[in-house]
Amino acid sequence: MKIIIEKEKQIKNLPFSGTIKALLIKLKINPETVIVAKNNELVTLEDCTEDSDEIKIMSVISGG
Amino acid sequence: MKCSKCTQKAVYLEPTLCKEHFIQYVENTAYNTIRKHKLLDKKDKIIVAVSGGKDSISVLYLTHKLFPKTQALAIDEGIKGYRQNTLKDLKEFCKKHKITLTIVSIKDNFGKTLDVMVKRTKLGPCTICGVLRRYLLNKYSKGFDKLVTGHNLDDEAQSIMMNILKGTVEMNARLGPKTGVKEYDEFVQRVKPLYFLKEKEIMTYSYLMNFNINFVECPYAEISYRNYVRDSINDLERKMPGTKYNIVSNFLKILPKLKKNFYRMQGVKLCDNCGEPSRLKYCKSCSLIDELKIKKIKA
Repeated sequence: MKIIIEKEKQIKNLPFSGTIKALLIKLKINPETVIVAKNNELVTLEDCTEDSDEIKIMSVISGG
Repeated sequence: MKCSKCTQKAVYLEPTLCKEHFIQYVENTAYNTIRKHKLLDKKDKIIVAVSGGKDSISVLYLTHKLFPKTQALAIDEGIKGYRQNTLKDLKEFCKKHKITLTIVSIKDNFGKTLDVMVKRTKLGPCTICGVLRRYLLNKYSKGFDKLVTGHNLDDEAQSIMMNILKGTVEMNARLGPKTGVKEYDEFVQRVKPLYFLKEKEIMTYSYLMNFNINFVECPYAEISYRNYVRDSINDLERKMPGTKYNIVSNFLKILPKLKKNFYRMQGVKLCDNCGEPSRLKYCKSCSLIDELKIKKIKA
């Protein structure tokens, strides 16, 4: 799975399938601080994701 | 999961809503805050303080939608590699929505950029920036009845807790959805339509509205005290949803008492140096600029 973490300007490739919530827990990201898009569509924490998906994690915290 | 109001797929949880109903929820929450707290009136001449981030762009869009003559005001602090990017997005947004934008810079007004100032002092960059931004926002919004800001539920919960943790609880008397005094021409009243919306809700709204805001972090943000408080409150919110709302709504119950005990506006003085409003002989900005040895106080 391709994971783009916008704040850290990082792209990770991880094998993963499960809920977005489980993915954020795995990445040690507080769900309260991000919104997540799967294949460019906004998804909730309870949506499922598969290995073939592209996930973008966007920080909700203002830049300053 | 389905939207709680229709059969469409939800894009947000708690409230569990689809795209259309979520956009409606955000706009209704902001407009209800404006009505309930009498933040804006159709007779008001309105200007919105904008940075180019999701909060200020969203509040500018919402205010302009309701009051089409609304203008925008941005401060360029002079932070290399940061502010120019957000101002670029902001200019494009204002052009697209036909909103008059005024940009004023710290360098033009005080002689040096924030980047230069922070090298001359042990004061935190956010302290310097906060004092100078507040000064310029007030100075350049004169002639307007209301200055709208993009402060949200997270910002307010953080400010309340920071004041408690730092032992400056009297500063909380200056918070709330509407701040400042309208009795004095020198001060422009500040209002916060996003007061009851979480940062995550505003980010979701700006994404769904295609505002195309790129995340650019201020290079000074990591060293602010607010960051520690923000992270702690976000941890609490994750474990106990509703924490942010509870902090702010309970604070509002005691705000009248705080104002009665701590908020004293016994006539506004004018700074002996620049003529802007001040509680003391010299305003905070002039004192700061003098302390940084940029420009001496005349008197």
